[in-house]
Amino acid sequence: MIRKVGMKIISIRCIAQDTFEMILENNFISNYAVPGQFLHLQVGEHSLRRPISITDCDPSRSTVTIIFKINGQGTRELSAYQVGQYLNVLGPMGNGFPLHANSTALLIGGGIGVPPLYYLGKTLREMGCTIISVLGFQDKNHVFYENEFKNLGKNFIVTNNGSYGESGLVTDVINHVHHFDYYYSCGPIPMLRAVSQELKERRGYISIEERMGCGVGACYACVVPTKDGTNYKKICKDGPVFVAGEVKL
Amino acid sequence: MTRLTTELPGLALKNPIMPASGCFGFGREYSDFYDLGKLGAVIMKAATGNERLGNPTPRVAETSSGMLNAIGLQNPGVDKIIANEVPFLAQFDTKIIANIAGSTLEEYEYVAQAFNQTNKVHALELNISCPNVKEGGIQFGTDPTMASRVTEVVKKASNLPVYVKLSPNVTDIVSIAKAVEAAGADGLSMINTLTGMQIHLPSRRPIIANKTGGLSGPAIKPVAVRMIYEVSKQVQIPIIGMGGIKNAEDVLEFLLAGASAVAVGTANFQNPFVCSEIINELPQVLDKYGFNSVQDAIGKGIVA
Ligand SMILES: Cc1cc2nc3c(=O)[nH]c(=O)nc-3n(C[C@H](O)[C@H](O)[C@H](O)COP(=O)(O)OP(=O)(O)OC[C@H]3O[C@@H](n4cnc5c(N)ncnc54)[C@H](O)[C@@H]3O)c2cc1C
Ligand SMILES: Cc1cc2nc3c(=O)[nH]c(=O)nc-3n(C[C@H](O)[C@H](O)[C@H](O)COP(=O)(O)O)c2cc1C
Ligand code: FES
Repeated sequence: MIRKVGMKIISIRCIAQDTFEMILENNFISNYAVPGQFLHLQVGEHSLRRPISITDCDPSRSTVTIIFKINGQGTRELSAYQVGQYLNVLGPMGNGFPLHANSTALLIGGGIGVPPLYYLGKTLREMGCTIISVLGFQDKNHVFYENEFKNLGKNFIVTNNGSYGESGLVTDVINHVHHFDYYYSCGPIPMLRAVSQELKERRGYISIEERMGCGVGACYACVVPTKDGTNYKKICKDGPVFVAGEVKL
Repeated sequence: MTRLTTELPGLALKNPIMPASGCFGFGREYSDFYDLGKLGAVIMKAATGNERLGNPTPRVAETSSGMLNAIGLQNPGVDKIIANEVPFLAQFDTKIIANIAGSTLEEYEYVAQAFNQTNKVHALELNISCPNVKEGGIQFGTDPTMASRVTEVVKKASNLPVYVKLSPNVTDIVSIAKAVEAAGADGLSMINTLTGMQIHLPSRRPIIANKTGGLSGPAIKPVAVRMIYEVSKQVQIPIIGMGGIKNAEDVLEFLLAGASAVAVGTANFQNPFVCSEIINELPQVLDKYGFNSVQDAIGKGIVA
């Protein structure tokens, strides 16, 4: 169930170039949000809300963590919010990732697609899974949450220009990872296309982005065609997580 | 609550507030937020003869005080809407208005007949003004002769009251309004979105895949108020007003301009409770500006 709530900002810090981690307090969302869901944030007076994934939840402290990158006017304004202010939020939105206990999971993230994979990895770890993560960033200055992912299991960082970790694209690294049961991927569409092509024989899930209006499934703004092209899925309501191959990227 | 009632052909409304077409789907999603029985009416997403998949994405972009959309009339087609969506809405104590669209006169006729047979729909809103479909649609809305043709066809095809939704993308909206009134329209619905475009600087491409989209939200409110004011002086039929309404004071402004009821579109995206909150606030706003009732305020804007 989606609710409109006020979330108090507990902390905000810059964790990489143009990238901020914000911890928000709200009992309902921290208790009910599952990995892969997102928040629909009202920033200032903007006519449309901003969808941002949930990076982590801690029900014991009633907190929800988000990570966002400055990508335009709204995220820039969001980065200037102060501790103690309240954010007007709709959430939790969308469907989470299917969780398979006691499996080996390969998490593949790119840029601002990395955040939801942290909550996912943490939850899967608690369910007895082995976690391998491959995270791609533009360059060294954009890398974040490396230690957090290392605490979950084996981790590879990839940068486009090789300024940190492996050089190239996430697909250059996942080629060498063979032992896993499911993959979970979130990132820009070209990356998801390459990943799902590379791993087309494997079982996996992808989480995708599109510009949104309502965020609840009423306006048909955020659609993606199904594989056979005969229909559309709504990313906000049917997704943002889909079985790899279910939709046409 | 009788001070909020308003009476339009086929629509005895408990209050003048309804969600606008395309901004509320078929009500399901918003029924999780509040009881839809609170609304004066619900205007459904446009229905066409067959299923339409709509335009490629991105379909929306944010603008100063508003947004552009080019959804392209995606909908499951009138038969599925009647089978799956109308019965859902009919559970609520509210009026149902079906927004109908098409690219040919025959398509409008087919859709109007289908809704007529349900006995659950209270009125038709004739969308002759969608700027986002290539064929048909907009031509019906910009040419008085075509607008009256389609109005006549739909009037003949059903017994339901017909509200013709006017496009603001015309030089003389009064002449279109008069033409559809003469053709038998029971009311007008205005305004639809204003065609616009936004270019993404880094890529030099329009943000919306369809290139152009319809502008809605507070940015278009003054245009809507002006057009409703002009048209209401020139026609006898009532007007459902819309364009940028966000709160109860905006509603009063539309009533003063000459609307008998209003629809709220884009504001639902920011605040899913907006229609319900406006209904709660409206009595205080009537008090504040010295009106006993909604009926009292209709057309009371003073222009010396
Ligand atoms: C389900 C989902 C989860 C997301 N999770 C995250 C996250 O965890 N961290 C993060 O940094 N970003 C995330 N994004 C992307 C984020 O929503 C955009 O970066 C943000 O909306 C840009 O807003 P802006 O005002 O800065 O940009 P502007 O360009 O000024 O925004 C204008 C409009 O376009 C929309 N928009 C622009 N870029 C995007 C985009 N890439 N995706 C969707 N809408 C966009 C905005 O929401 C707004 O309506 C997510 C997107 C989706 C759909
Ligand atoms: C996403 C979106 C979809 C819309 N779809 C329709 C539609 O299917 N039929 C229609 O007649 N109007 C449609 N409209 C126009 C609205 O009903 C309304 O006339 C317009 O948005 C102005 O009101 P507003 O500023 O309150 O949104 C749509 C508007 C938006 C923003
Ligand atoms: S944003 Fe409205 S349907 Fe997804």
